[in-house]
Amino acid sequence: MNGFFELFAEYDVLGAFWMNIKLTALAAIGSFILGTILALFRISPVTSFRTIGTAYINIVRNTPLTIIMVLGVLAVWGQLKVEFFGDFDLNFFAYAVIALSLYHASFVCEAIRSGVNTVPLGQVEAARAIGLTFLPAARIVVLPQALRGAITPLGNTLIALTKNTTVAAAASVAEASGLMSTMIEFNPDLMIYIFLTIAIGFCILVIPMGIVTTWLSDKLAVAR
Amino acid sequence: MTLYPHTMTQSTPASEDPPAGTSTEKRPLVELTNVNKHFGSFQALTDIDLTIPEGQVAIVIGPSGSGKSTLCRTINRLETIDDGGSIRIDGEALPEEGKALARLRADVGMVFQSFNLFAHKSILENVTVGPIKVKGLKKAEATKEAMTLLERVGVAQQAKKMPAELSGGQQQRVAIARALAMKPKVMLFDEPTSALDPEMVQEVLDVMVQLAREGMTMVVVTHEMGFARQAGDRVIFMDEGRVLEDTDPETFFTDPQHERAKNFLGKILAH
Ligand SMILES: Nc1ncnc2c1ncn2[C@@H]1O[C@H](COP(=O)(O)OP(=O)(O)OP(=O)(O)O)[C@@H](O)[C@H]1O
Ligand SMILES: [Mg+2]
Repeated sequence: MNGFFELFAEYDVLGAFWMNIKLTALAAIGSFILGTILALFRISPVTSFRTIGTAYINIVRNTPLTIIMVLGVLAVWGQLKVEFFGDFDLNFFAYAVIALSLYHASFVCEAIRSGVNTVPLGQVEAARAIGLTFLPAARIVVLPQALRGAITPLGNTLIALTKNTTVAAAASVAEASGLMSTMIEFNPDLMIYIFLTIAIGFCILVIPMGIVTTWLSDKLAVAR
Repeated sequence: MTLYPHTMTQSTPASEDPPAGTSTEKRPLVELTNVNKHFGSFQALTDIDLTIPEGQVAIVIGPSGSGKSTLCRTINRLETIDDGGSIRIDGEALPEEGKALARLRADVGMVFQSFNLFAHKSILENVTVGPIKVKGLKKAEATKEAMTLLERVGVAQQAKKMPAELSGGQQQRVAIARALAMKPKVMLFDEPTSALDPEMVQEVLDVMVQLAREGMTMVVVTHEMGFARQAGDRVIFMDEGRVLEDTDPETFFTDPQHERAKNFLGKILAH
């Protein structure tokens, strides 16, 4: 037990996890918005939009997140000198959020698209028949039902996102996995405590997500 | 009490005044000219020329796969047609896509075999969504009109419920109310009662008969002979994508001209 006290006294464990939470929350919003737009692209009646959507998914989903993160930091920041914030830490935090959003948007898109497949074609036809054009029909009729049908895969994407925030260490963001490396480096004797601290920390974040997902998916299911 | 008070009072837009001498003639609301439809290499509709004047109730009848649904669906462009043909609604050609098409679609009400009520919206919302989002009505006004319509199709009590909580017959009556809420010039019905339990068929047909009496222009795909005789002005018999017979109901049911029509009638009357 003392091992834990020692760690919490010496390192800002909670602060590090707070960073993962902030990354998760912001990237969840970012990837949800982008993912929804991509899903609209993919179900659009316009061929070129569909092509763009498909290309994005195929490229981004198949690229390792670390590569996207490093590419952002080394190429966009390092070479192109794009700076979002003057503050060094805040700037890299922004890079991490963007990389996480871009990457997970492809999974959000596919989750929503699987939800779209649960919406019977007749719903769309009825929407068109009363005179709704593509976007209003998508917003009013298709997406609300698709999202309800996509809660489980969306929840899984959120869980993956939460764990993937650790990749932000590659962009020098002071989050939990980065702290773990530091702690192991300076307190190798506390190895087992360090591992348990980080592992339990993520469990505390992720387990409720799974529970809420299951509950929501039952509660919001569309009765047909 | 009328189901649909707008029908009889609609007047031709000033720009399209009918030529003198034709004032007693009903204006054509739906005009199909040389309509062909291919699905890949399969031809679902062949050389369809049809004019449906205002106030007419046209019954479309024919064996499975003869193109009845496809015909209905082309009229509000849920299906496109092959080049060279044209479909006009109240004199206006169906636009290709976008806002103009949406506007014209709102003039054509459609009732589907499977109801297709918006599953995540209440009965009331199902009826108000079109007027609010497409016609820009205020919510209060749309609600008032919707309640009147729901009252008239006999489901006002269920306004707050979700579609899945209603019987099939009730859902289909809501679907009719939803279409009527857009104040369409013509209503299309694609086998509106064939997905219903037998005891619910009549309640839906009653609403349709009422609508027909009030002068609504209707295209109805149905095998309900009783309805066809009672409310129909015309029977269009389709076979293999063509219009084979086009006559009044009495003539069609008592004296069909084509062998295929006779066969078909024999089959459905045997039931
Ligand atoms: N989307 C489609 N793709 C390919 N073929 C189609 C499509 N829709 C309809 N068809 C074909 O076109 C023909 C006419 O179909 P349609 O649904 O209009 O027939 P129907 O007269 O309504 O038949 P039913 O009484 O069974 O409803 C059928 O042979 C059908 O297989
Ligand atoms: Mg059909």
